[in-house]
Amino acid sequence: MFFRTPFRGARSQRTWGQRTWGQRTWGQRTWACRSGFLLGLSFSLVHGVSLSAAEPRLSAGDTVDFMRDVRPILAQNCFVCHGPDEGTREGGFRLDQREGLFAELGSGDRGVVPGDSGASELLNRVNASDPLERMPPPDSGKALSDGEIALLEAWIDQGASYAEHWSFQPPRRTESPPVVDEGWVRDPIDRYVLSKLESEELRPSPEADRRTLIRRLSLDLTGLPPSPAEVDAFVEDDRPGGYERVVDRLLLSPHFGERWGRHWLDLARYADSDGYLGDDLRPGAYRYRDWVIDAINRDLPFDRFTIEQIAGDLLPGATTGQRIATGFHRNTMKNTEAGADREEDRVNRTVDRVATTGTVWLGLTLGCAECHTHKFDPISHREFYQLYAFFNNVEDKEVGKARTLVSTTKPRETRIHLRGDFRNPGDRVEPNTLGVLPPMRPRGSTPDRLDLANWLVDRANPLTPRTAVNHVWKHLFGRGLVATPDDFGTTGETPSHPELLDRLAIEFRDGGWSRKALIKRIVMSATYRQESHARPDLAVRDPFNVWLARQGRFRLEAEIVRDVALAASGLMVRSIGGPSIRPPMGSQITEISRNKDWKESTGGEKHRRGLYILFRRATPYPMLTTFDAPDSTAACARRERSNSPLQSLTLMNDPVFVEAARGLGRRLVSESDGRPGRAVRHAYRVCLAREPTDDEFTRAMRFVEEQRARFANAEPGRLKAIVGEPVSQGAPVPRVELAAQAAQVALARVVLNLDEFITRE
Amino acid sequence: MARHHPRIEDSRRRFLTGGLHGAGAVALANLLQGDGLLAAPGTDASSARPPHFAPTAKRCIYIYLEGGPSQMDLFDPKPKLNELDGEPLPGSLAENVQFAFLQKDSARLMGTDRRFRKHGECGTELSELLPHLSGCVDDIALIRSMHTDQFNHVPAQLLMNCGSAIAGRPSVGSWLSYGLGSETSDLPAFVSMVTVGRGLPGGSASWSSGFLPSIYDGVLFRSDGEPVINLSNPEGIDRVDQRASIDAIQDLNRLRLGVVGDPELRSRIRAYELAFRMQSAAPDLIDLTQESRETIEMYGLERKEPTIKSNRGGIGNFGPFARNCLLARRMIERGVRVVNLIHASWDHHSNLEPELVHNSLMVDQPIAALLKDLKRRGLLDETLVVWGSEFGRTPLGENRSGFKKVTGRDHHPGAFSMWMAGGGVRGGQVIGASDEIGWNTTEDPVHVHDLHATILHLFGLDHTKLTYRFQGRDFRLTDVHGKVVEKLLA
Repeated sequence: MFFRTPFRGARSQRTWGQRTWGQRTWGQRTWACRSGFLLGLSFSLVHGVSLSAAEPRLSAGDTVDFMRDVRPILAQNCFVCHGPDEGTREGGFRLDQREGLFAELGSGDRGVVPGDSGASELLNRVNASDPLERMPPPDSGKALSDGEIALLEAWIDQGASYAEHWSFQPPRRTESPPVVDEGWVRDPIDRYVLSKLESEELRPSPEADRRTLIRRLSLDLTGLPPSPAEVDAFVEDDRPGGYERVVDRLLLSPHFGERWGRHWLDLARYADSDGYLGDDLRPGAYRYRDWVIDAINRDLPFDRFTIEQIAGDLLPGATTGQRIATGFHRNTMKNTEAGADREEDRVNRTVDRVATTGTVWLGLTLGCAECHTHKFDPISHREFYQLYAFFNNVEDKEVGKARTLVSTTKPRETRIHLRGDFRNPGDRVEPNTLGVLPPMRPRGSTPDRLDLANWLVDRANPLTPRTAVNHVWKHLFGRGLVATPDDFGTTGETPSHPELLDRLAIEFRDGGWSRKALIKRIVMSATYRQESHARPDLAVRDPFNVWLARQGRFRLEAEIVRDVALAASGLMVRSIGGPSIRPPMGSQITEISRNKDWKESTGGEKHRRGLYILFRRATPYPMLTTFDAPDSTAACARRERSNSPLQSLTLMNDPVFVEAARGLGRRLVSESDGRPGRAVRHAYRVCLAREPTDDEFTRAMRFVEEQRARFANAEPGRLKAIVGEPVSQGAPVPRVELAAQAAQVALARVVLNLDEFITRE
Repeated sequence: MARHHPRIEDSRRRFLTGGLHGAGAVALANLLQGDGLLAAPGTDASSARPPHFAPTAKRCIYIYLEGGPSQMDLFDPKPKLNELDGEPLPGSLAENVQFAFLQKDSARLMGTDRRFRKHGECGTELSELLPHLSGCVDDIALIRSMHTDQFNHVPAQLLMNCGSAIAGRPSVGSWLSYGLGSETSDLPAFVSMVTVGRGLPGGSASWSSGFLPSIYDGVLFRSDGEPVINLSNPEGIDRVDQRASIDAIQDLNRLRLGVVGDPELRSRIRAYELAFRMQSAAPDLIDLTQESRETIEMYGLERKEPTIKSNRGGIGNFGPFARNCLLARRMIERGVRVVNLIHASWDHHSNLEPELVHNSLMVDQPIAALLKDLKRRGLLDETLVVWGSEFGRTPLGENRSGFKKVTGRDHHPGAFSMWMAGGGVRGGQVIGASDEIGWNTTEDPVHVHDLHATILHLFGLDHTKLTYRFQGRDFRLTDVHGKVVEKLLA
């Protein structure tokens, strides 16, 4: 949608010589911020089709909910001219606040008269047939459907109950709801989930079998597959508490920090280079990455974790580690192109720091307020620059070899950038937080970054514990309780289980912000332990598994796809931390950008985990981007999960995966005495933590036998190319044995390409 | 379509309800009447989708000559500039203007030795550096009034190729693939071919899918050797082995599908089939043995490359660039939606004379051949060809400190030239104008966002309706800007 603004057309009215450039024109960094959310509702209302669990449904007799049903319509269609932005507000009528909605207008009418839609100007105007009267104005490009108008009418006639936006309210403690099937409940979490399912007359899925559970846990907590011995031990452990013992072991694994550290690095837009033209490397960037891994391994409480990253340098007696933690905001891109405007780049980095802080901790789209007051959320243009002021006084510094933030000795004055243009300064502002949230409690007269950090984790802040808990939940189910982890604002999704979200948030915050305790609690729940199989009864009613009548089944992240292959092959080097690595990367990639240097890692280095691969922004390692790793230009709170032929080609033919197939093939040969049947079973155990079914076994055996027959007549040179280094007892390997080994490598390649292998079930 | 992903779900929901493409009514009817909502998760994100309204273009070749080719030496004749050669810039013009390198107080206007002549029935004037393209002017709409906001390479390149100077946004080709899907089942919908030259400053950002799913990424194609990364089977594995392996993978995947019932697994099975087909289709594509002698010569594949002492655009690129142009036509024939043809660099701060001549010689014949070849095969009608760069060059000579002589021009975002042909563009016309010295646009200014709006329009897409939700915002290629350039439309 095109926003009507008074500046429209300004660009084409320039005359000779008038224009300046190298400067952002008026709205260049404004975003098309609009919601498309509730369109589904009007459809279902009009056509009586129930779309899915995520779609609110309304039929005669249903109560209209303001936040769920009404506000999105107003936000979508009206807030641009009747919302938080004073600059674009028309007719003095404001719909985003209670007072405005119910207030008497200049004409003497009232926008909304509870219980009387006929007397409500809002309804008269959306129903008006005169185009001059009708709202939204026809030339706005917006229009209400009949269903939407019917909803507004129903809401008013039902008394026009009003509520503030949920996420700005303090989390509410609730009693966990009663359920019929008490026996299913392992944690209060389960009550919230089950109560919803019971109200929909649905059963939860059965608990997954132990093999699935240990693979799920190992992947979720460490990103590594369980070894066959670990699987067997768990399956055979019939003492009580076996599951919990696996959970505890994994939480203590040093690989836990790698797994959950990488999740955090997505938010931190971590990369090993500047981006832009030169894309210069940042050799010390990994020290921040290692700080994250370590902090998560030692379960640094999330409030401390936050404070040290935002303002570690300002802590009394700041340690080197606390300074390194401020590398969080050194991960911004940097334009060092000769001829670039340095101040412009500094401003861009500062804006990014504000926007990222908003996305990561508050789940708010602060960036929308860089150029103008937020169109939907109560974030003013001024407030954006009040937040900007906290970061306007930072400088980049190197501590040891790490990259950190420090405060400038001479503070910069902060002014509002009119229309987002730093060359167009407006009023001067002081550092401050958002008015819609509880106030900050600064230590001195001028609030600084440490005060901001303290405010983020202040127990009065309703957003931080909710967003943090939601991030964790998302990684353990494939979807957050709020499906838009980067948007807790009014155009984001509402929580699927609001009471559960609040309860977890409160207990996370009050229980000492322990990430490990939160994760343990969730994975111990019955909800988490369910099977992930699709169910016919859910396919129509809840295709996206919003109600959690089953676990999620989803493809592993890019780095983990690499990790499981390397782990299965036996090639993986599991050392933690240190400078980033450079696995082989074809010249067709390295030569594209100006920074063509790619010195391949040697020895075991190149077999380290995916999160250690050097991330160069201009030419990212293709395997990572093919599997949807974020491009690290901005905080990424949700990775895509696409499914493409390039992924298939990577798993089949990328040198790393070919090597992994050879490694796994050798393993199969040496660990199954060369007996094909045993090898097939072993491949399934190593890669999928389970035995093959009879059908799978038969099919895989047929493949092995066919390949062995083909290879029996093949040139030894071809076989050696397939096998690489054959398994031998010192003596030369006879050709028939070489053919058998080649067939095992081919089998390994097949199993490494199975959907299940790169999926967490 | 990814199953569990909320963003896709959001988009899907909007797709279902008409908000995503605006073409929702048809799509919705199809989905509900077909196998219904059940089929939505796991349906193929790459399958062809209807546009918002009837398109005139179905495929696009986007020729991107990175660095900023000099418009007053190629497309925009400036006799007055020649008269003023050596004069300072008229007073007010330099105010508030920022340059990358140029020292504006001492800079002098620099004319050009290039002669321009009228061509074709339309009489469009082009420089002598483009003799072949001059034969195509009746199919070309030349825009002399382009302007952009950015004067450094990467931000300007991101703006031109992804609609925003801020990194991380989807490229034009990714938006088209996202909006329209694919029309080929054995090649990618969106391909990039790079004649590397000096190296592309922004790297792969120019064909990146940004925050869109990676399935909409441009796939990097090479004109020889292995055309696509990881396309070749590992050493020792032949095509029969590969087929047998994929058959085993597919059968085992189907067995698992029977247990888990995940529609996403169906997408995985489809992806392997496409991968296998691509393994033969891509090598066939780059195999030029069936092309006629006449075609090979028309594109100039075997031309001798003149020697040049040093060239920031690289040496030995004549053959590869011509080959890529021919491959672009072969891709279009096979249903590839968008082909990017990229060459870096045209960043002539110095050495303009020999390097621009050299680069022009390199691209003129193959690009003209591509236009003629598309036309004679009846492909130009539905194939939009775009020629451009991130900005133009200054009418001032570049007097960067440290330069002994002024032999080049600095970056110029205020007025530059691009052209389009085919795909519903009205050829044989010049759109817009710049002032007498090429400093600013004076008629019909076309901003980058306007260009993008027009490109989407030609494909039947309303640029205000093609949106994708990321970080709580519905993003567009054109942000909140863009106006379709009606004059461009046939």
